[in-house]
Amino acid sequence: MVQLTLPKNSVPKGGRHYPAPAGSGKTKTFKVYRYDPDKGANPSWDTYDVDTSKCGPMVLDVLIYIKTHLDPTLTFRRSCREGICGSCAMNIAGRNTLACIHGHEECPGDKVSISPLPHMPVVKDLVPDLTLFYAQYASVEPWLHTETPEPRTEWKQSPEDRAKLDGLYECILCACCSTSCPSYWWNQEKYLGPAALLHAYRWIIDSRDESTGDRLDELEDPFKLYRCHTIMNCAQVCPKGLNPAKAIAEIKLMLAERVV
Amino acid sequence: MSPHLQVWRWHVTMLTSILHRVTGVGLYGGGLIVAGWAIALASGPEAYGTFMALLGSPLGKLVMFGMSASVFYHLANGVRHLVWDFGHGLDIKSANASAYAVFGFTVAATLAVWTIAFMAGVV
Repeated sequence: MVQLTLPKNSVPKGGRHYPAPAGSGKTKTFKVYRYDPDKGANPSWDTYDVDTSKCGPMVLDVLIYIKTHLDPTLTFRRSCREGICGSCAMNIAGRNTLACIHGHEECPGDKVSISPLPHMPVVKDLVPDLTLFYAQYASVEPWLHTETPEPRTEWKQSPEDRAKLDGLYECILCACCSTSCPSYWWNQEKYLGPAALLHAYRWIIDSRDESTGDRLDELEDPFKLYRCHTIMNCAQVCPKGLNPAKAIAEIKLMLAERVV
Repeated sequence: MSPHLQVWRWHVTMLTSILHRVTGVGLYGGGLIVAGWAIALASGPEAYGTFMALLGSPLGKLVMFGMSASVFYHLANGVRHLVWDFGHGLDIKSANASAYAVFGFTVAATLAVWTIAFMAGVV
């Protein structure tokens, strides 16, 4: 359901200010969403003054600097620090992206907000609960479906058919797209969301897959697929430059072509 | 629940999408106005006169201005959706450009209609 405001217990209230340590040069302020489930209180916006000349170029470097020098309680996910694991997906200055490949100088304004992926249950601070997101990915059965006996070597594919998977297989499931989508915000129990649908399309157009019809049947539903209204936030924010909106449009087109 | 609309920095494509919904709902109201006009017309000269006076009042004119802008916006953006449904123009650059084109068309067409109406002495 569309609920434009946050539930009462999720409205951020107050917050601490952490000034830069003595001896810092020019600082930039970061406004970070904090939530501790053990406190039983509302979330808050804590502000940190960071001397950006003392840390690396990316927002993840800023978060690591804060955790090391200003506030060791700050919780966030990170792993590869090179945009391939998808762990550090979060909302930075109002847009979803990966903290590790987003430069802090790219952020507009003198106070940069950092919050968890939007409209998701929060585990702690910048860590969202992605259980539903992964279940939706699993629901599209993201593996090769075949009926013909397995060949003695590998399943073969022409270079042209292989090229159809470009722009799809690169998805790292960081959830930036799905959690950027207002349709997903309002209907995430029923709408699969851009990431799962991009993966669905990746298997639908795979020349080796033999259950294209079943896959399309599965998506022909007012909610699972058709809650996409081409708002395009998914493609606008994808840190890998992919276009889930286009993949969804292709699925809709295939469903239409089946009946005409 | 984490903040969503509260923190989001809008893209132009997000704006065109919600405006399509808003103008669409608004045009349902416009349909009622047209139906009211037909009823007034069928009810005789007195009712028709009252209805037209209502439409000609400053508030009526404002509503009609909004309706005309909504018609042109919804039309242009509808065509944009049609092109998308054929799988074209879905890359970010084209989608952003077509959004501005829709805004441009809406402003130009609305102003054109009202200029013509003024010059013809209808309003």
